[in-house]
Amino acid sequence: MSRVRVLVGTRKGAFVLESDGKRERWDVSGPHFGGWEMYHLKGSPADPNRVYASQGTSWFGQLIQRSDDGGRTWEPIGNRFVYDGVPGTHLWYDGTPHPWEFARVWHLEPSATDPDTVYAGVEDAALFRSTDGGQTWAELPGLRTHESASSWQPGAGGLCLHTILLDPVDAARMFVAISSAGTFRSDDGGRRWRPINRGLRTEQLPNPTAEIGHCVHRIAMHPSRPRVLFMQKHWDVMRSDDGGDTWREISGDLPSDFGFPIDVHAHDPETIYVVPIKSDSEHYPPDGRLRVYRSRSGGNEWEALTNGLPQRDCYVNVLRDAMTVDRLDPCGVYFGTTGGQVYASADAGDRWMPIVRDLPAVLSVEVQTLR
Amino acid sequence: MIRVVLPAHLRKLARVDREVTLEVAGPVTQRAVLDALEGRYPMLRGTIRDHVTLRRRPMVRFFACAEDLSHESPDAPLPDAIAAGTEPFLVVGAMAGG
Repeated sequence: MSRVRVLVGTRKGAFVLESDGKRERWDVSGPHFGGWEMYHLKGSPADPNRVYASQGTSWFGQLIQRSDDGGRTWEPIGNRFVYDGVPGTHLWYDGTPHPWEFARVWHLEPSATDPDTVYAGVEDAALFRSTDGGQTWAELPGLRTHESASSWQPGAGGLCLHTILLDPVDAARMFVAISSAGTFRSDDGGRRWRPINRGLRTEQLPNPTAEIGHCVHRIAMHPSRPRVLFMQKHWDVMRSDDGGDTWREISGDLPSDFGFPIDVHAHDPETIYVVPIKSDSEHYPPDGRLRVYRSRSGGNEWEALTNGLPQRDCYVNVLRDAMTVDRLDPCGVYFGTTGGQVYASADAGDRWMPIVRDLPAVLSVEVQTLR
Repeated sequence: MIRVVLPAHLRKLARVDREVTLEVAGPVTQRAVLDALEGRYPMLRGTIRDHVTLRRRPMVRFFACAEDLSHESPDAPLPDAIAAGTEPFLVVGAMAGG
C-alpha cells in the first residue's frame, strides 16, 4: 500500500504529516525544532528515509538538519556556507553596491540518484552543493560570478535563490531562479550559467524586457518533459517550450496573474496549478476567496478549484515553496498558507480538505510518495 | 572548570542541560571559552559567532558577573570569578520582540 509523507516548514518549527494512499486520515508529528524558522524540508528521491531541512533564526543563524529515518529523528550537519573567493557586491535596494552576505538557505534540492548529494539555494543568491550528505558545502561560484551579478538587486524577501530544478534526463542541466535577478540555466553541471529570461516583461524595470532584473517567484517542470518550464512571475504566469530560451505568457483568464507557487500534475504534463493573489501590495486571494486555479491545457484556460476551500473572509497567502504534488494516481495536490493551514486534495484538485488548520505560518510544503 | 549557560535553543541543539562546564587551557578569555565550547559541541559552530570572522553574531550577547561583556575584546581576560568557576559565563539571545 502506498503512503505519503508531507514535510511542512513553518515560521516556528517543522511538521511531518503521514497518511496512506487514500490520503484521508493523517498522523501529524511535530513541532520539530520548535521556535525555529524552517524554510524548507525535502526528501531524497534516491532514499526516502533521508530528509534534509533548513533551520534558522535571526539570533543563531543557519543550521541544516538531516534525518535518516523519514523525519522521526534528526542530526545537525554542516552549516558552513562560505562564498568562494572574495564575494564582491550586488546592488542594494537603493541602487548602491552592497557586499554579498550569507543570510539563510531558502531551498534544498537533493539529487535524484545520490542521497549524499544535495544542492542549497541561499540568500544572498548563490548555489551550494554537498556531496557528503550535507557535512560540508561548497559553492558553485559560476552563478554568483556571472557578469550580470553585480547588477542583481533583492526583491522584498531578499536576494534569494529560491528554486532549483535538476533536469532528470540531462544530468548536466539545471535551472535556478533568483528574486529578483531572474532565471538561469547551466548546461555543464553548474560550472557556467546564462540568464534565460527572454520573453519576460516587467513594467517596474527601466527596460521592461531586460535580460536581468525580473522577479521570478517560482519555476516548475514535469519530469517527463524537462524542456517545458512553467513560471509564476511577480506578475504573469509564463511558459517555455525550449528549456527557458524563450518564454510566453499563459496567464489567460486568471483573476490575477500575481502569485507565488506553481506546480505541474504528476501524470499530465499539461495540467498546472497556481494560486492567484490579489496584487503585489495585497498578498491575499482576490475577493477573500481561496482558489487554486488549474489549467488542463498548459495555460491560458483556467478553472477555479474551490470545493473545500474557504470562499469568504480568507486573507492568507501561499508562499512560493508551499505547494507540491505527489506521484499517486489520482494525483495529490498540497499547499500551505500563511494562516497555518495545510490543504490536500487526493483527486488532482477537485476537492480539498485541511490536513491541519492551526500551524504557524507555512513557509514550505513538500511531499514524498512512499511505495 | 568554566561554567557556561546557553540559551534554550542552543541547549536543545547541543543536547545539554542548563549549564555546561569546560576545561580551558591558558588565559580565560571569550575566545578561549568559545573555542572550548565549540570544540566540545561542534553543532554550535556558526550559531554564536560567524564561522569565518569569529565575530559575535549581532543578536547574541555575553554577560558575566552582572556585566555586559559583549563589546569587550574577545582576547581580554574574563573576570576572575569566571576563571575560578564561581560565576557562569552567559551566552544570551538578545531580547528582540514587541
